[in-house]
Amino acid sequence: MKKIISFLLVAVMLVASLCMFTACSNEKTDGTTVSEDFKIGFIFLHDENSTYDKNFLEAAEAATAELGLKPEQVIFKTNIPEGNECYEAAADLADQGCNIVFANSFGHEPYMLKAAKEFPEVEFCHATGTTAHTENVPNFHNAFASIYEGRYLAGIAAGMKLNEMIESGKITADQAKMGYVGAFTYAEVISGYTSFYLGAKSVCPSVTMEVQFTGSWYDEALEKEAATKLLANNCVLISQHADSMGAPTACENAGVPNVSYNGSTKDACPNTFIISSRIDWAPYFKYIINANLAGEAIKADWCEGFEVGSVKLTDINEAVAAPGTKEAIEDAKAKLIAGEIKVFDASTFTVEGKALDSYKADVDTDADFTPDTEAIADGYFHESEFRSAPYFDVNIDGITLLNSMF
Amino acid sequence: MKKKCDNLFWSALGHIVKRDDIVWWKAWIIRVLAVLLALVVCGVVTIFLTDLNPIEVYVTMIKGAVGSKRLTWNLLQNTAILLCVSLAVTPAFKMKFWNIGAEGQVLVGGLATAACMIYLGEKLPPALLIPVMLIVSIISGAIWAFVPAYFKTRYNSNETLFTLMMNYVAIQIVAFFTLEWSMPKGSGTPRPLEFGQLPTIFGQKYLINILIVALITVIVYIYLKYSKQGYEISVVGESENTARYIGINVKKVVLRTMLISGAICGITGFLLVAGTDHSLKSDTAGGRGFTAIMVSWLAKFNPVFMVLTSLLIVFLQKGASKISEVYRLNSSFSDIITGIIIFFIIGSEFFINYKIKFNKKGENV
Repeated sequence: MKKIISFLLVAVMLVASLCMFTACSNEKTDGTTVSEDFKIGFIFLHDENSTYDKNFLEAAEAATAELGLKPEQVIFKTNIPEGNECYEAAADLADQGCNIVFANSFGHEPYMLKAAKEFPEVEFCHATGTTAHTENVPNFHNAFASIYEGRYLAGIAAGMKLNEMIESGKITADQAKMGYVGAFTYAEVISGYTSFYLGAKSVCPSVTMEVQFTGSWYDEALEKEAATKLLANNCVLISQHADSMGAPTACENAGVPNVSYNGSTKDACPNTFIISSRIDWAPYFKYIINANLAGEAIKADWCEGFEVGSVKLTDINEAVAAPGTKEAIEDAKAKLIAGEIKVFDASTFTVEGKALDSYKADVDTDADFTPDTEAIADGYFHESEFRSAPYFDVNIDGITLLNSMF
Repeated sequence: MKKKCDNLFWSALGHIVKRDDIVWWKAWIIRVLAVLLALVVCGVVTIFLTDLNPIEVYVTMIKGAVGSKRLTWNLLQNTAILLCVSLAVTPAFKMKFWNIGAEGQVLVGGLATAACMIYLGEKLPPALLIPVMLIVSIISGAIWAFVPAYFKTRYNSNETLFTLMMNYVAIQIVAFFTLEWSMPKGSGTPRPLEFGQLPTIFGQKYLINILIVALITVIVYIYLKYSKQGYEISVVGESENTARYIGINVKKVVLRTMLISGAICGITGFLLVAGTDHSLKSDTAGGRGFTAIMVSWLAKFNPVFMVLTSLLIVFLQKGASKISEVYRLNSSFSDIITGIIIFFIIGSEFFINYKIKFNKKGENV
């Protein structure tokens, strides 16, 4: 019994000593213009270990810091699955007094919408979603960026690299085959790899591409496996639209150049990383916060590009990229901004050997995936104009799908 | 019946002796001490890793679990679901049939429910649709559990491996249907299921789940403790030979118990899909099929204690995610905290079952 008592005493003393470590934290920088009551909550699918989420996390931190929000005015919820947990998280953020709730993953959408209907006084903003323009819930909004333009420029860097390989005699023009690791056979991914391919094709006309889908947005092992398969098929350059380090790592191990996504992978892959395109969400975050503070309505669909800094390219890795890449990209970027060139210019690609002069896209989401909107006019496909999320889902010539994942 | 430990190193210090019996309050003192000690260790870890005040961290944890009415309901609902899976695996465990296939059994139950909601949703009125969903999910879960049980009794196959493998089959089938039913096409995002959602009672959408699980808890408790079949399960678990000797048909008991186990898993899948998620994905079960094993063991297969252990686990999970939210810490930190606490609680069972006798000075080893 004595032992038990002495043990208890020791335990109590330890607990008490811990209490003394009470630290004073929460010292903040001043100079805020934002009201003290304002709060914004963010819902992220994973945490900073996913390149996709890291990109959102950093943008949220940058935007809120720039607008002078105090840390307690910004709430992050990470690792929120695309299920009822998302609704619970959104509702909890609304309970905590958030004026705006943002969610970053496609599958969060129905749960965000559910919360939006329950909390009409809170703005619910959702990245990559597709239903805001048809649901007509005034406090529910979608956003995207014209990332297809960024991928097009990244594609130019890839094409330049292929040209360098052809010129040095490493490969013949016919062997200029790229590989692409995609998540799902779905418009966002199709639009992404097609713009990447068209960018490469604009400088290297003989390029072809193979696409392997993983059926998951984040699966390091599967992405690595897909990249390895493409390498075995003699692809001489790889790019990806999936969120882990799987494909870049496979490229680094094999010494094959890689065009990345969501941010630079140069640190991990110094010998193969060329360039990466990414969406910078900070402009959108600043837009929604400012709109909310000013009492203005937030657009149901928001899609911006280079002009506001929503689409960005990382620095080029000069050690790997072909000479002249930087100039070529800047030239094309200026032309894209000026509207002189269009990514999905119908004269630059064919479908089953024929030019595409009319295409009905599935813009309004419905269970039967009915094509509803004519997207081709003035000689090009109007991407992200009828809603923010991409809807280009045409299989063009030159791109071979090795599998499909619906 | 004191048994000396043979290990040389330990026998030099002392030896471990199995306790014959322990007074209930002593056992509880040990448990409480374990939790206190765990909190102290977590506190030290917190200070070393993060510079945060551990007391504040614990307060945050509690806030995360029961900080608002919504969070409390959420805690109860998640506890109910975890408890339901734990109740499902318990009869099988008591029989020493290692059913680690609860994850898969829950998923097929959920799949059956989702299929009914999609294909019958518009055709049947809710009063008819919901019972159909329940029955179909019970049957599906039961079948998924019956297959390994049948092979066990017929060919003496290893049930641990078999039930584990069945999980992967279930996960892949569900993944297939998630893509098949996904909306928009190809996005891999599950279609929201509108028809056949469980009703909201007394304004609380999760209350019906909680009530159903409470009912199942009582039934399982009575079944295991007071019914003849429950007794048969205990006997088979203690010794199959004894069971045979006194005329129990062991094969029949194994098959019957696994059918029950699978059926309750099926109900869990039904509650998850129709009651809370209103959608189906391959991670709908969320690892609960495995966590349930721990819940069941910690509670020593007693359904009433399981209420406490499942509450503890969910409380820790919810509190941990609040820690990452408030302090912007990677979720790994909260996993470490949760891991330490669970480790101490499991460890305390050792000190309840055994005591350590230290050698007195001068005593020859």
